[in-house]
Parts: sequence; C-alpha cells; structure tokens
Amino acid sequence: MIALFFRDLKLSVRAGGGTMIGVLFFMTVVAVVPFGVGPDLNLLSRIGPAMLWIGALLASLLGLDRLFQAEREDGSLDLLLMQETPLLMTVFVKCAAHWAATGLPLVIASPLLGLFMNMNELAIGATMLTLLAGTPAITFIGAVGAAVAVALPRGGLLVSILVLPLAIPVLIFGVSAVYAAIEDPAPFLPPFMILMAITLFFAVIGPVAAAAALRHSAD
Amino acid sequence: MSENSLAIRKFSDLANPTRFLALADRVLPWFAVATALLFAAGLWLSFTTEGDYQQGETVRIMYVHVPAAWLAMMCYTVMAISALGTLVWRHPLADVSAKAAAPIGACFTFLALVTGSLWGKPMWGAWWVWDARLTSVFVLFLMYLGLIALNRAMDDPARSARVSAVLVLVGFVNIPIIKFSVEWWNTLHQPASVLRLDGPTIDPEFLWPLFSMAVAFTLLFFTLHIAAMRNEIWRRRVTSLRRQAVRSAGREAQAL
Amino acid sequence: MMSHAAFVFASYAVAAVTVAGLVFWVIGDGRARQRELKEFEAAGIRRRSAEASGGAGR
Repeated sequence: MIALFFRDLKLSVRAGGGTMIGVLFFMTVVAVVPFGVGPDLNLLSRIGPAMLWIGALLASLLGLDRLFQAEREDGSLDLLLMQETPLLMTVFVKCAAHWAATGLPLVIASPLLGLFMNMNELAIGATMLTLLAGTPAITFIGAVGAAVAVALPRGGLLVSILVLPLAIPVLIFGVSAVYAAIEDPAPFLPPFMILMAITLFFAVIGPVAAAAALRHSAD
Repeated sequence: MSENSLAIRKFSDLANPTRFLALADRVLPWFAVATALLFAAGLWLSFTTEGDYQQGETVRIMYVHVPAAWLAMMCYTVMAISALGTLVWRHPLADVSAKAAAPIGACFTFLALVTGSLWGKPMWGAWWVWDARLTSVFVLFLMYLGLIALNRAMDDPARSARVSAVLVLVGFVNIPIIKFSVEWWNTLHQPASVLRLDGPTIDPEFLWPLFSMAVAFTLLFFTLHIAAMRNEIWRRRVTSLRRQAVRSAGREAQAL
Repeated sequence: MMSHAAFVFASYAVAAVTVAGLVFWVIGDGRARQRELKEFEAAGIRRRSAEASGGAGR
C-alpha cells in the first residue's frame, strides 16, 4: 500500500504528470481574475479568498480523469482489481497519492496568489487552512467521477460536469469559513468543522462508490 | 467470457421484461385516461378558484410549480431506488427504469425552474434570486443533465447502467448535504427580508386545485415513465436484433 | 394585474409545451422502435426466445 502510494506520487510528480500543470492552471485562473474585474485592490482583497477557492476547485478537477485512466491503459487496473487487498483500500491510497501530488501543491501555492490578491495575513492563513481541509474532499468526490468515466475515451470533461455539482457544499463551507475568519462577528469554527465533516464523509463515501464503479465497469 | 455470462443472465431474466411489456400494454391506457381526467379537473379547479389577496393571480402559477418541483424530487428518488435495484438485486428492469426516468425528471426540474422564475419576476421583481430552494433545484437540474450525458456517452447499456447507478446513489446521498449547505450559504449572504414562497398557512381554497394538480402530475409521471421504460426495452431488443442480423449475415458470408 | 396574468399564462404555456414535448417524444420514440421491430420481423429475424415461447411476448 505504501509502495503504491509512492509509486503514484512519483509518477505524477515526474514529467508528464499533473502536478506542475495543476499548479500552473491554478495560477493562471487566479491571475486572469483581475483582468476581468479590474485592478481595484479593495475589491480584489474582498473576493480574493473566493477566487482562490474556485481556482483550486477547477485545478483539482483538471487532473482527475487521469486518476484511473493510466492504469486502465497499461492494464494494471486489472491487477489492482484482482489483488488480495480490498479495492476500497487501493482506491483510498490512490486518492491520497493523487491529493498529495495535485492538491497539496495547490495549498502550498495559495499564499503566493493570496499576496497577488491583496489579502492580509489572516485571510491567507485561513484560506490555506480551509484549502488543506477541503481539497481532499474534492479529490474523493472526484474519484467517483473518475471511476465512472474510466471507460470513456473522452471522459475528462464529463468528470468535471459530474463532479462539480457534488462539490458545491465543499466550496460553500470552505469560502464561508474563510470569510468567517476575516469578518469578526461570524464564528470561524462552525463552518470549518462542517467542512472537516464533509471531508471525512467523502473520505468514506468516495472510495466505496469509486470501488463499486470500478468493479462494475471492469467486467 | 463476459459475453457468455451476460447472455446467460439475459436469457434467464427474459421472462421479466416480456411480462413487463404485457403489463404495460394493459395498464397504460388506463393511466393515460386517468391522467387526462385529473388534469382536466385540476385545470378547471385552478382557474375557477379565487386569487390570493396578496399575490393576486400569480398564485395560479403555484398549481404548476409545486407539482413540478415535487416530481423533480420524486423522480430522483425513483432513480435512486432503481439504482439500488441495479446494484443490490441486479433486477433487469431497474436499470431500464433509471435510464428512462432521467430525461423525464430533467424536464420536470426544468419546468419547476421556469415556472419558479416566472413566479419570481412579479413577486420579487427579479427573474432569478439565489434563494436556497431555487439554487438547490438548479443543482439538481445540473445533476440530471450530467446523468443523461453519462448515459449517452456509454454504448454498452448493462455497464453504463451499473456505473451510473453508483453515481445516482452518490448524488442521492449528497442531496441533503447540498440542500443544507445552500441554506447555510443563503442565510449568510441574504437578508431575511425576501418574501418566502411558503406563506404562513395555506388556504384550503388553494389546497384542492393544488392537490388535484399534484396527483395529476404524479400520474403523468408514472404514465410517461412506464411508456419510456417500454421504449427502452424495445430499443434494446432492436439493438440485439440488429447485432443478431449482422452476425447471421457474417455467417452466411463465411459459408459462401 | 394584466401583466401578472401574462406571467400566469406564460407559465402555463411553458408547462403545456414541456409536457406536450415529453409526451410526443415518448410516443414518437415508441412508434419508431416498434416500426424497427416490425421491420426485423418482416425480414425474418426473430429473437431466439420469441421462437422458443412462440412469440407470446408481443
């Protein structure tokens, strides 16, 4: 299992993997926003956390279709299906590796982009924290979409369409936790706790459903 | 291998779809007549009852809007039950049912959205407000469209059914979360001065047309659903026959 | 009040169009499928099970 984790991590960090592209996409999306809404620093600092969240959401959807597709192409997916360890665990580990390769870099890159958006330190910290808590949930939901679309030749776009509506709660609570941290009267903890709960919930539901979809799409 | 096992399963379960077709043939005319009668009654009631003193004539939109919204949710529930049937009991009709229900559900959700918007314009002064209810119905609509896209994208009906059943169930589990989060988001962003759709109490004057329209719409849904399931079974027979025709043509060509 | 009546009629019209579209789509789809089945039957291609059970399913 640990070997699988590092294998997946290495594969995606190496050339051709999704890590660099994901981060670049994230930066590009966020950098495009000021051109759309104008360079007003006050406005940018107000919508900054939301833009970072949307950028992270889109960027983590970007590499999702590759989650199981590469395995399917070279046939190792069948090996994963047949081995003794439960498929559930395999999917979970693959999700974790995918998150470490694409989600974590987004979290690390977010403070830099926060500076671009004229956010203060508190807002940057809160955004990082919520992204750290929320992006795993996106990966776990996305795993379901990726497993469903694994057999399709051009499943990438379909994965995004299927996954985005399901990811709305994550976005809502992530962003509202950040705003709760910045604006004084609203308490930070309730939305953040709910965000964590959603992440844990999807950490269970996601692998179960993805494993079921993989098993059914294989035969 | 898989071809063989699939053929065996199809063979042993064939009695079921055939029986369903016979049943559908017998039941559908009755359903259609009942639907038409109820619609006539519902429409007559909804245009003869008094308008609300506060909302005026627009209250009549409710008689279409509320049943459509109810059906949008009920249809997804039907799909979720069918998905369970596909995955747990492997019932051969369950995936037919789920696949047939998706476009119908999408249509009713669309209807709920449009009538809600037409109601919102005179009531709120805007075609669309990011009200919690409207937003979650919109998300439901997106989910329907995604499922239809997925069904279209896969050519093998058996596999696509099982895979989309997984997605239907995940979506079904998610709907309460989405609803809850949208409500949270709404209270966070919107002042509570917006006129709510649900009044304090509903006058019995409105209850009868609403009730009869709701029953009429529900019957309409089941009529359409059974008919669409029948169509889907026919479509599968056509594809299997076509494959058989191609195969026998190939055999003849080889024999020559 | 007049403009409100327009909204009411618009919503009923949309409902009628959507439902009619749905009904006609289902009916048309069914007709097309049945025609195809008839064509196959006319061409002498039958389902194996239909032969076994004497075509009771139709």
